[in-house]
Amino acid sequence: MTAIAEKIPSLDSEGLSLKSVSLWQITWRRLFRRRSAIVGMIILAILILIALTAQWIAPYDPIVPMMNIPDYPVQNPRARQAPCIHVLGCPRDLPQHLAGLDGNVRDQFSRLLYGARLSLVIGISTVTFAIFVGTILGAVAGYLGGWIDNSIMRVMDVLLAFPSLLLAIAIVTVLGPGLINALLAIGIVSIPAYARVVRASVLSVRELDYVSATRALGGSNFQILFRRILPNALTPLIVQGTLGIASAILDSAALSFLGLGAQPPTPEWGSMLGAERNQVFTAPHLVFYPGFAIALTVLAFNLLGDGLRDALDPRLAHVS
Amino acid sequence: MTQYLLRRVFASIPVLIGILIVTFVIARVIPGDPCRAILGEKATQETCERFNREKGLDKPIHEQLIIYMGEVLRGDFGDSIRFSLPVTRLLIERLPTTVELSFSALLISLMVGIPLGVISAVKHNSWIDVITMVWANIGVSMPVFFLGLLLAYVFSIMLKDTPFWLPPSGRLSPGVSATPFYEAWNLTIPESGLLAATCQFISRLNILNALLTFNWTLLKDAIQHLILPSLALGTIPMALIARMTRSAMLDVLGQDYIRTARAKGLRQRAVIMKHAFRNALLPLVTIIGLSLGSLLGGAVLTETIFGLSGVGRILYDSITARDYGIVQAFTVVIAIFFVIINLLVDLSYAYLDPRIRLE
Repeated sequence: MTAIAEKIPSLDSEGLSLKSVSLWQITWRRLFRRRSAIVGMIILAILILIALTAQWIAPYDPIVPMMNIPDYPVQNPRARQAPCIHVLGCPRDLPQHLAGLDGNVRDQFSRLLYGARLSLVIGISTVTFAIFVGTILGAVAGYLGGWIDNSIMRVMDVLLAFPSLLLAIAIVTVLGPGLINALLAIGIVSIPAYARVVRASVLSVRELDYVSATRALGGSNFQILFRRILPNALTPLIVQGTLGIASAILDSAALSFLGLGAQPPTPEWGSMLGAERNQVFTAPHLVFYPGFAIALTVLAFNLLGDGLRDALDPRLAHVS
Repeated sequence: MTQYLLRRVFASIPVLIGILIVTFVIARVIPGDPCRAILGEKATQETCERFNREKGLDKPIHEQLIIYMGEVLRGDFGDSIRFSLPVTRLLIERLPTTVELSFSALLISLMVGIPLGVISAVKHNSWIDVITMVWANIGVSMPVFFLGLLLAYVFSIMLKDTPFWLPPSGRLSPGVSATPFYEAWNLTIPESGLLAATCQFISRLNILNALLTFNWTLLKDAIQHLILPSLALGTIPMALIARMTRSAMLDVLGQDYIRTARAKGLRQRAVIMKHAFRNALLPLVTIIGLSLGSLLGGAVLTETIFGLSGVGRILYDSITARDYGIVQAFTVVIAIFFVIINLLVDLSYAYLDPRIRLE
């Protein structure tokens, strides 16, 4: 036995592992065993890279039309011009536009790159907002119980009784169209999901012995709730949140598509697609590229979310 | 079971009241003055005061709420300010389009999603499983409006002049008309009332009406127009259903009683359908209920793309035009529909799993 322990320094004299492994390390390792999660993380990493470096890698300004760009070689560039890619046979003397020009003679490829920035910010900020408010509401409801619980959860039920996109449309109309208001609307409609998740976790551990022990030791309600109870809600929240980013991006793109979200000339994928949707038969590239970008981003978050759910599921522990 | 049913029905009453309040509040806090939205920016102060008095908009807001709730309980949603028509009539006109669209989308998603899910669970890790799951992941990530445009492009432009061509917009081709079934049957229906409303509603469900009147041209045309919108709308639920069916089936197939069923020599088919699928239904029902909600939301987008004048379209237009009556009526109807679906989902739990009834 001691011989083995000498050979493998992390084992003690009885051959047991000395190194403790945290939940996050296990999750990380399991995540890397799932092909779909890896694909999701790679797509996301590329998108984040694009978002961070958009101003350097974009060949043109996303808002300025080609006519107003100094030294632009073509005299009267045509709106909605099809993509011109040099390696695919487009004449060298013409300026390269990987995704063509849009209806306002702007470089579609540059707008797509800047759109990545906006989409990630939209997804992450709405979900952060919804998690923050939802966690407080769910924790208070679950911990205090009684009529407070009842009234909070009934309000959540009413919010859930509306199809989320319709409710978001209604809220945006009240607040007025615009990107910030659209984000707020999507944030509000996603609160109930998080409130429910947190409340369920709080209820499941509220009466456990270690919580009673903290109470007996004189811990304050605040301490019990935030240090003892809420960490239990973390794993379901992470999964729900990652998948929530995907649906937030979809919903905000839909609002922008309807003209209620990001306003022109902001390079937002949904509004780019919405502005050119009637040109699908004449200039399909203006519809396909933004749509493809939205689908790819949403796919990445969905893949990562699914991977996280499996990696964090203790019932699947034997798989690792 | 009766007791459980009653308890669940009563539990949805506060939610319904909440829905009425929320729709009322949303309609009233939409910025802008309905008078000037309807009569034009140049309407004078006096004209607007008279307008508000006529429409009851000068009363205090809580009085308006009480009047409104009373009216809704009587089934009267008032008049649309913009169309000068009873909102109920607009509901009868527009609802069938959306109902037909949502149900065909749900039908497609069930008919494709469930078998795919079952097959990929039974043939776990086979190429069918892998392809289905890759496809399902892409399916849930597709924006409805993008998929709609994509389908319209492929089937209306690329496949033009082939037998696979499908129309990109509308409910019926020009020249194809529908005779309401009650006229075809020479029935006289009353001018107004519940019976008339129901008959008109049914006659506007083109497929059902075509079947009732044996009008095959109409049936073919209506179905052709419905395929693309329902495919666009049904893809996300289809992918969700396939995934949910697969994971529920995998869960069940690992249970001891499945091994027992196999051990006593049952055929594969019987094991899958009688022992496994029935028990995998529970999570599936949840997803179907949730999907119907997203179908109604997605209907706004689908109707915009395919030029259908359904509920989603009129609701969106009315919000922008501040037509209170329509906004309230349509949101209330959709939300009530949604509450009923959730109720049915809960009741089917009790039906599928006897343990829930006893709780």
